[in-house]
Amino acid sequence: MIPGSYDYHRPASLAEAVAMLADLGEDARVLAGGHSLIPMMKLRLAQPTALVDVARLPELKGMRVEGGELVIGATTTQQELAASEELAARCPILREAALLIADPQVRSCGTVGGNVANGDPGNDLPALMQCLDAIYVALGPGGERRLKARDFYRGAYVTALEPGEILTQIRIPEPPAGHGWAYEKLKRKVGDYATAAAAVVLTRDGATITAAAVALTNLADTPLFAQAAGDALVGTAGDEAAAARAAEAAKSLMNPAGDGRGPADYRASVGAVMVRRAIARALTRAA
Amino acid sequence: MTDTTLPREEREATLKGVGCARRRTEDARFIQGKGNYVDDVKLPGMLFGDFVRSPYAHARVKSIDASAAKALPGVKAVLTAADLKPLGLHYMPTLAGDVQAVLADEKVLYQNQEVAFVVAEDRYVAADAVELITVEYEELPVLVDPFKAMDERAPLLRDDIKDKMDGSHGKRRHHNHIFTWEVGDKAGTDDVFAKAAVTIKELISYQRVHPSPLETCSCVASMDKIRGELTVWGTFQAPHVIRTVASILSGIPEHKVRIIAPDIGGGFGNKVGAYPGYICAVVASIVLGVPVKWVEDRMENLSTTSFARDYHMTCELAATNEGKLLGLRAHVLADHGAFDACADPTKYPAGFFSICTGSYDIPVAHLTVDGVYTNKAPGGVAYRCSFRVTEAAYMIERAMDILAQKLGMDPADLRMKNFIQPEQFPYRSALGWEYDSGNYPAALTKAMEAVGYRALREEQARNREAFARGETRELMGIGVAFFTEIVGAGPTKNCDILGIGMFDSAEIRVHPTGAVIARMGTKSQGQGHETTYAQIIATELGIDADLITVEEGDTSTAPYGLGTYGSRSTPVAGAATAVAARKIRAKAQMIAAHLLEVADNDLEWDVDRFRVKGLPEKFKTMKEIAWAAYNVPPPNMEPGLEATSYYDPPNMTYPFGAYICVMDIDVDTGSSKVRRFYALDDCGTRINPMIIEGQVHGGLTEGFGIAMGQEIAYDPLGNVMGASFLDFFLPTAVETPVWETDWTVTPSPHHPIGAKGVGESPNVGSVPCFSNAVNDAFAPFGIGHIQMPHDAWRVWKAAEKAGLHG
Amino acid sequence: MATRTVSLTVNGKPVSAEVEDRTLLIHFLREHLNITGPHVGCDTSHCGACTVDLDGRSVKSCTLFAVQADGGEVLTIEGMAAPDGTLHALQEGFSAMHGLQCGFCTPGMITRAYRLLKENPNPTDEEIRFGISGNLCRCTGYQNIVKAIRYAADKLNSPTLQEAAE
Repeated sequence: MIPGSYDYHRPASLAEAVAMLADLGEDARVLAGGHSLIPMMKLRLAQPTALVDVARLPELKGMRVEGGELVIGATTTQQELAASEELAARCPILREAALLIADPQVRSCGTVGGNVANGDPGNDLPALMQCLDAIYVALGPGGERRLKARDFYRGAYVTALEPGEILTQIRIPEPPAGHGWAYEKLKRKVGDYATAAAAVVLTRDGATITAAAVALTNLADTPLFAQAAGDALVGTAGDEAAAARAAEAAKSLMNPAGDGRGPADYRASVGAVMVRRAIARALTRAA
Repeated sequence: MTDTTLPREEREATLKGVGCARRRTEDARFIQGKGNYVDDVKLPGMLFGDFVRSPYAHARVKSIDASAAKALPGVKAVLTAADLKPLGLHYMPTLAGDVQAVLADEKVLYQNQEVAFVVAEDRYVAADAVELITVEYEELPVLVDPFKAMDERAPLLRDDIKDKMDGSHGKRRHHNHIFTWEVGDKAGTDDVFAKAAVTIKELISYQRVHPSPLETCSCVASMDKIRGELTVWGTFQAPHVIRTVASILSGIPEHKVRIIAPDIGGGFGNKVGAYPGYICAVVASIVLGVPVKWVEDRMENLSTTSFARDYHMTCELAATNEGKLLGLRAHVLADHGAFDACADPTKYPAGFFSICTGSYDIPVAHLTVDGVYTNKAPGGVAYRCSFRVTEAAYMIERAMDILAQKLGMDPADLRMKNFIQPEQFPYRSALGWEYDSGNYPAALTKAMEAVGYRALREEQARNREAFARGETRELMGIGVAFFTEIVGAGPTKNCDILGIGMFDSAEIRVHPTGAVIARMGTKSQGQGHETTYAQIIATELGIDADLITVEEGDTSTAPYGLGTYGSRSTPVAGAATAVAARKIRAKAQMIAAHLLEVADNDLEWDVDRFRVKGLPEKFKTMKEIAWAAYNVPPPNMEPGLEATSYYDPPNMTYPFGAYICVMDIDVDTGSSKVRRFYALDDCGTRINPMIIEGQVHGGLTEGFGIAMGQEIAYDPLGNVMGASFLDFFLPTAVETPVWETDWTVTPSPHHPIGAKGVGESPNVGSVPCFSNAVNDAFAPFGIGHIQMPHDAWRVWKAAEKAGLHG
Repeated sequence: MATRTVSLTVNGKPVSAEVEDRTLLIHFLREHLNITGPHVGCDTSHCGACTVDLDGRSVKSCTLFAVQADGGEVLTIEGMAAPDGTLHALQEGFSAMHGLQCGFCTPGMITRAYRLLKENPNPTDEEIRFGISGNLCRCTGYQNIVKAIRYAADKLNSPTLQEAAE
């Protein structure tokens, strides 16, 4: 319940934050919302020697539309993301997923950057970002890098971020108008991580799906971008048979942990159900 | 001045007495953040205590090195069993006649068991110090399966009592055996089963859960060496019992021990017994001469301070082909964890489980219960129930549904056919209880009509057809539960806690200006006693409830009582309140007679005054009488106007209820949605309908959590799982269904105001109702009894077993 | 142990204290400032008993360091009533509708409801339940809490109050 001691630092600028992290070394961590990190510190499962608080840096805030991209500052909270009318109009799956994260108080502090960057397989936004083919912008001592969400996750809590790098922005190519979308999350109760969740974004021309992306949450030690599942939908009407093929393709990637939410076979099975239901719901929203 | 023209009803309404939805006097402080809970208590020089706990479920403690911790600035002491042994306090007695280690002596027996107690300047230093203590363990084989506890080769757990084969409840037949308890007519029951046309037999388990009040257990112990007085603030549902135990254990005479239970943030049975944290804080305070606070965190709470249930019940029913019950036979395997710290009246190691014949007229029955030790947290406690009544009700209500299914009978009809009838009360059950009153057919009929039961069954039939045709993937389940519970422990002739009879008390004093102070031996943890006891007094004495202060919880002022749990406050202390008030009213009558210059029995009582019979304009109000009591009392009468009652109830009380639930189950995910839940409760006289409704809502919600996913489980190595709110299922406002509440009123004939108590009924009745609904949904598929909890993955597994996943 | 000064406005009053970097906001309030309305109910940021209003957001004060809130404005249950003692509509509603029993979740629940009604002045019952999904209660089953919040919403939205505000 009581965290161990650490030194708190609050840089006044992003450049200062990067320099601080480099100086403080490997056992220093970035503090944004802190709602993944601080609970771990209270259990003494995480024991950073220093925290660099970036929550108030203006460079990391704000959401805007820029040249066909939705640009989200890394310290945007889930609450701010869900409240953005502009983003909800252009990419409504963001709001739907954000409101399924944790609870209102946690959403008022937890950041989009934190949710996508810390590599917790239970977080909801990583799969979403993979579905949307987002780019993460990271700034480190060596300068800025752009990393595809689809290549970002290596293992539980292991990502492509180098030591000393801070995630600064998430850049999402704006989905076409009239796209279909759904984030289907099965959970034990409000606030829980997913027992299984599927994100689906698709576009169609008439009755035929022309593009589809499917990604999965908490069904392996990383989010899963199910390329083959999306491919299985393209050229079809997304009918039950096609959805079943997509779900099977997705299922073949799953390797869920057995835990309080259920044993692995259950979670894989309901993972497939989430894919089918997400497809069905996405179609009801597609033009 | 006095207004003689106000009609009776208006005067009654002004009193806000029994039957009124009186707003709570407690609310004022809570809604302004001015409650006084234990962790709010701050005393000068106060230190903070924290535990080192075992990571292993079963291991020898080879060594404890506290040197680094002791060297940490701010650390004042580290206690281990070696420090407590010379005081004889390394073990403490439990309420069940066993002993429990306060700090592990040579071995640990469950994960998170207390091994050392650090005392430091504040909780941050204490937490750091805990990390600096090194304990060397030698792991031992772990036993977590109660069904294997009495195997020949089962590991020995309790070295400390290995030579004591005479337990507190009789002979122990194995080193992991605690007791066997038996009641009923074995020969008669066996005979009935041998001849019965229809029998059912099922293993029905009630999983280990935890009461989990929002405030964890805590205390502040303060030894005043100059006065020789020990004061302990604590989360105590039974403050006087704690005082007596603290006195005996510490050697400090009882008049020098003061226990204060201030505001308590929920109890539900978690805060009845004593825990190592309390003992260690007291010892530390005595040794260090300053106050010591101990507050457990949530994981400590869920994994060490008690548990509830963990009963494995094999139930058999015998019946005729037409569904008339002939007998009940049951065996229970009770998993008590490492120490039997069960909170039961002494003579009942399995509590009142023998209420398991339920609401039914079963002519003969036999019950045996075997308690065993395992490498799990010690206990269990009565989590929002009278002792083991939730387990008993779950068993009989599941068994009735199983029997109904075998007979092809509707579950409600089977119950109706077997009810104890109104004319049979007082009813002596086959296992020895005398039920006070009830009208079961009326209650179930009312419930069935309220929900449109027959129409629901028709809808279910259509749903089953649609499911078979592949038109829906949802199954509809209807749960029926009709419970009778036994509360209000209890008559001293058979109910005692550590030898103290389970009476309870009320002391009432009327002031000269007609206001009142009253103190009882119970202790509310949210049930609203400050409001409801005042309502009883208001009705009995004709004094506005707003002029009545009710206090509980300070043993220096409150009369001796056995505390609040098992829904006993209204039946026992509520009775004492009425009796004490009536003593006052009897004296008031004499004073009034004196003032009015008539004989005592020339007077009649009218709401708030005594009137001369036949001369209604000649009266004295209780307010006038109070003044007179202090002014010039009648000759040969002492001044003052007060009375005390220690009430020894002649019997328990038997609240009952009819609950019906409709559930829709998604077979592809296992998720269940409660479409409707209707709860009819009969608690006899209803003191405050608003508070009753709140109690029912709360109990139903706890039952919902238990039935639908709550569990404290252990893996084969004894690692406790589900000991945080990440996994321990407590529903939020989103999952919690909307509750419909209703009632009938069948007063208790032996209670002074006919009230039975209600706080725990909803936990008793709801769990079988939910479980019956889930089982009912799968009834057509013949997969047998589905065990709780009914979380999504287990329901999905049931659907898998039923072949519903194609 | 190294400490630093943290300054906040709490319930309208400026406060300042020396804290460790690791001092949680809940402990800063309860131990350093003796504001004991918000409570600790769990260790995993689930129960919401510690909820306070920080710079216009409902936050779980057990999951923030005091230093993170430096310079901020905090409202707790103790600051809900008016200076003359008039109870906030939520406090009234919780008592009128029997939305509390043991009272332990109540400070956090009312403080959360305060922000909920600011964000959504006329919520449906479903929105209320979703809005308080970060606050656990073991006593009431939430039903009367929903009624209490609805009572407060109705009162806060009522014309007479709005007129008075104008």
